[in-house]
Amino acid sequence: MIRTTPSSLSRLGHAALAVALLAAGSLQAAPPPTSEVNTTGLAVTDTTVTVGQLHSATGTMAISETGSIQAEQLAIDQINAAGGVLGRQIKVIKEDGASDWPTFAEKAKKLLVSDKVGTVFGCWTSASRKAVLPVFEKENGMLYYPTFYEGLEQSKNVIYTGQEATQQILAGIDWIAKEKKAKTFYLVGSDYIWPRTSMKIARKHIENVLKGTVVGEEFYALGSTSFGSLINKIKLKKPDVIYAAVVGGSNVSFYKQLAAAGINGTKQTLLTISVTEDEVLGIGGENLAGFYSAMKYFQSLDNPNNKEFVAAFKAKYGAASVIGDVTQAGYLGPWLWKAAVEKAGSFDIDKIVAASPDLELKTAPEGYVKLHPNHHLWSKLRIGQWQKNGQAKVLYESELIEPNPFPKGYQ
Amino acid sequence: MAFFRTLFKTRGEAVSFACFALLVLVILPLALPVFRLNLVGKYLSYGFVVIGLVLLWGRCGILSLGQGVFFGLGGYCMAMFLKLEASDPVTTAIQSTPGIPDFMDWNQLTALPKFWEPFHSFPFTVLAIFVVPGLVAFLIGWAMFRRRVGGVYFAIITQAIALILSLGIDGNQGYTGGRNGITDLRTLMGWDIRSEHAQQVLYFICVLLLLGSALFAKYIINTRFGRVLMAVRDQEERVRFSGYDVAMIRTFTFTVAAMLAGLGGALFVLQVGFMSPSLIGIVPSIELVIFAAVGGRLSVVGAMVGCLLVNFSKSAFSEAYPDLWLYLMGGTFIAVVMFFPDGLAGLFTKSGTIKTRATALLSRFRPASPSTPNASQPAK
Amino acid sequence: MFSEYTTEELQNIFMMQGFSGLSLFSVLLLMGLGLALIFGQMGVINMAHGEFMALGAYTVYFCSTLTEQYAPAFGPYYFICAIGIAFLVCALVGALVEFLMIRHLYHRPLDTLLATWGLSLIMQQTYRSLFGAREVTPTLPEWLMGSFNLKEGLDIPINGVFVLCLALLVTLVMILFMYKSKFGLRLRATVQNRKMSSAVGINTGKVDRLAFSLGCGIAGIAGAAFTTIGSTGPDSGSRYIVDAFLVVVFGGAANMLGCVASAFGIAQAQSILEFFLEGTKGKVATLLVIVIALMFRPQGLFPSKVRGH
Repeated sequence: MIRTTPSSLSRLGHAALAVALLAAGSLQAAPPPTSEVNTTGLAVTDTTVTVGQLHSATGTMAISETGSIQAEQLAIDQINAAGGVLGRQIKVIKEDGASDWPTFAEKAKKLLVSDKVGTVFGCWTSASRKAVLPVFEKENGMLYYPTFYEGLEQSKNVIYTGQEATQQILAGIDWIAKEKKAKTFYLVGSDYIWPRTSMKIARKHIENVLKGTVVGEEFYALGSTSFGSLINKIKLKKPDVIYAAVVGGSNVSFYKQLAAAGINGTKQTLLTISVTEDEVLGIGGENLAGFYSAMKYFQSLDNPNNKEFVAAFKAKYGAASVIGDVTQAGYLGPWLWKAAVEKAGSFDIDKIVAASPDLELKTAPEGYVKLHPNHHLWSKLRIGQWQKNGQAKVLYESELIEPNPFPKGYQ
Repeated sequence: MAFFRTLFKTRGEAVSFACFALLVLVILPLALPVFRLNLVGKYLSYGFVVIGLVLLWGRCGILSLGQGVFFGLGGYCMAMFLKLEASDPVTTAIQSTPGIPDFMDWNQLTALPKFWEPFHSFPFTVLAIFVVPGLVAFLIGWAMFRRRVGGVYFAIITQAIALILSLGIDGNQGYTGGRNGITDLRTLMGWDIRSEHAQQVLYFICVLLLLGSALFAKYIINTRFGRVLMAVRDQEERVRFSGYDVAMIRTFTFTVAAMLAGLGGALFVLQVGFMSPSLIGIVPSIELVIFAAVGGRLSVVGAMVGCLLVNFSKSAFSEAYPDLWLYLMGGTFIAVVMFFPDGLAGLFTKSGTIKTRATALLSRFRPASPSTPNASQPAK
Repeated sequence: MFSEYTTEELQNIFMMQGFSGLSLFSVLLLMGLGLALIFGQMGVINMAHGEFMALGAYTVYFCSTLTEQYAPAFGPYYFICAIGIAFLVCALVGALVEFLMIRHLYHRPLDTLLATWGLSLIMQQTYRSLFGAREVTPTLPEWLMGSFNLKEGLDIPINGVFVLCLALLVTLVMILFMYKSKFGLRLRATVQNRKMSSAVGINTGKVDRLAFSLGCGIAGIAGAAFTTIGSTGPDSGSRYIVDAFLVVVFGGAANMLGCVASAFGIAQAQSILEFFLEGTKGKVATLLVIVIALMFRPQGLFPSKVRGH
């Protein structure tokens, strides 16, 4: 039997992800010499390549970033187990951004200048990304950024593995408007750039395309815990849909108080773009049951890639762990980088950048994804309805959506 | 010589100042790569605030938990100037309104807000870096000290002001950049501040200004005015009865401290390349007080050393043991407050030698040890 | 903005709005009470007050996990017990902190601020190590969920009513305690004149310790009550601290009734401003009003004549 290629592929498949454009050469025994694959003085030896991981392990954002840290580590372990990148094992230097933006900038600079890492997986909030972006552009580093975010950005030095705003918003609103015959919307968010930009796009889409009405739009400071007045305003306006982008600790108070005020999934349609399985853990499934989330990934997705991914994740981090959208996007980072390096046949940043457009991953947990020349991923949007057990039932899946970080007519 | 005497009362003071100057001017620049030197420059920009705190807290007995406000105001003035320079119509051609800062465009602003206009001018910006924090401090100080608010109440109100300003900046994203702050600053009047050479130059500018400010503070402390300050701290009523305007003295000190903080903020922005409300709120404001407390709230040099030391160890420890770091920081802080109220600098003065400290410990820390500055400060 | 609604709708909204002001009031009151005792009566600035609240909340979470594991049948009742346990745990830790740290700093009020801030860092990191960085929520008994539906369009949340009753109960007990019990008498005597009190045989050190641990215990109750409306994370405490201090300072520091009045005033102001202004702006406006009021009236709403230390 001709077993060589299929068996190698299935081994990779076992490691949850096979890279479609895997160069055949990378499976051969002798790795290419370092002088060939590393011409810019990165931390690459004959047997290892060093990468950086920059997230908040402490501070307010540690809650959210833990999942990404774990997923990136899992992907790196799997890549190493399958032979590494260009025959080199990946070594990770972990830095703690401590939820503090100047610290992020400081550590990014350290990783690029002192440690000369091949790439960095990291950041979560927009603010931390904005703080490190000039550093990456100036030192010509590479950043794989996992969070869904507001768009309006495109950098040679960043690969965005989460969705930009239009990918997450438009199809979701279209679905809810059609499904629920919704005409009036109440927009609620935390007060920073991602919710504000998202709501701006949502409002334009609702008003100009769907010819609906926005009956209220409000932003609350991060960490605020009293939503009584807001809930009363919502009750007064009786919107068809509450469209929410509340994040962090506020999330829990918001949904608990909604539930206490008698606004629940059976009486009111609520669509959120900020609740993943991670948040549900804190909010409690019973407070969310019946509400909808628009995400590109849910842990309950029914496909073989995802089943392997979830099993591997739980085997490593415990059966009680949950996987949200950003965690999955974090998992894609190392695989995309590996694919780019192997396509380029080099660790040089410029060559990786050149190799990145139209890179495909056929076996991502979320399904097929493809890297657009604008450094964002083509991806699907899914609508999940939360169940009492904290998992989502996927009700809708869009076609692949083209990333469009600078949407015309929505700015 | 007389002037020299005013600056340094004892030989010890002169020597410690010289050692510090040698360290930051010669040893560190020679020993560290530019990237690390830039970090030191960042820490030293906090040094300006800390010098202000020595005057305000150590010498005048007023604890402000809102120094981040003034650091932030100075920083924002600088950042606004740099941002306007970075947003020329050519580089921002992709925006719907070219020529305004990117975050304004994202927030659908179509023209530059009026209060941004003057920041096109560099002289105005330099002036604003001092005047804006100074004016705000003067107004707050004047309103409060005239009504004899002090001590704990002042601390809490300044803390609330820090919260208000950071929330206010968060909430007015189109005008301030919101939570992300003002980022991606590139050039100062055509000079690329991100290059290695520029960072070296900026480091030395920062150090020289810091040493200058330190001398200025020492001058204030060692003149007659400095002694009145201490008298205000220790025996407010008596000073008032002697005919001094206590409110004015405090307001003046608060204003000076605020201006120093503003200068620090501006230098921070130049060296780090962005400004955000996370540098203004409650936690950073308290951290600034910690730097002063660890180094020694009474000593200008001590406080600057404390600033460097705490930041260095934060950087080093948080790389190796992020968990341990907070325990260590909290523990150090409690220990310093309880056993070494004069901080590191206190270890080198007579009343603070290890032996006297040990005696004090053994006697179960009798209330109000003689070297405690705030001993007789009533709640109001 | 109200023209398009019926009178009945408006009536309902005003009632519910009034209630959400009341429930914010009860939250602020619970936060402020413990601090009013510690700061107002004893002059100690406890920056770790928020962390004591978090300790109370974590205690409830711990009890909830235990109940689920070992005595699921006890589920509906555990919450009441957990509040009691939270009080005891916090009071105990408070007494320990007073013994080790605070009592050496009574004469240096500004230094207690710094030392307790150090303590708050340590407590936060301890929570992080023990319970993880994620926010947690205890499983609440069924009877606390949902709302009283008085009539169509008028819902009063049960957890809000519960917190309100708890806050009023704690206030009542505390006022009785302060003005009708021997300990209260001793505490007030100590606050008014420490030397004299100790001369007439009051053990002022013991009074201090009891007062501090009582204040911490009340913080624990507050934290426990907050689990019904929000979540608990390692740094939730820091979210409450400024509000708590403003309530106490605005109320006039040494005065229990002042604390009640100021919590009520601030809560109503914030709730009304949030209704008419948008989100963050409501909060900023409230804080501004308080700070400006304090600049003109630094002694707070109800200044006490005696504030000697």
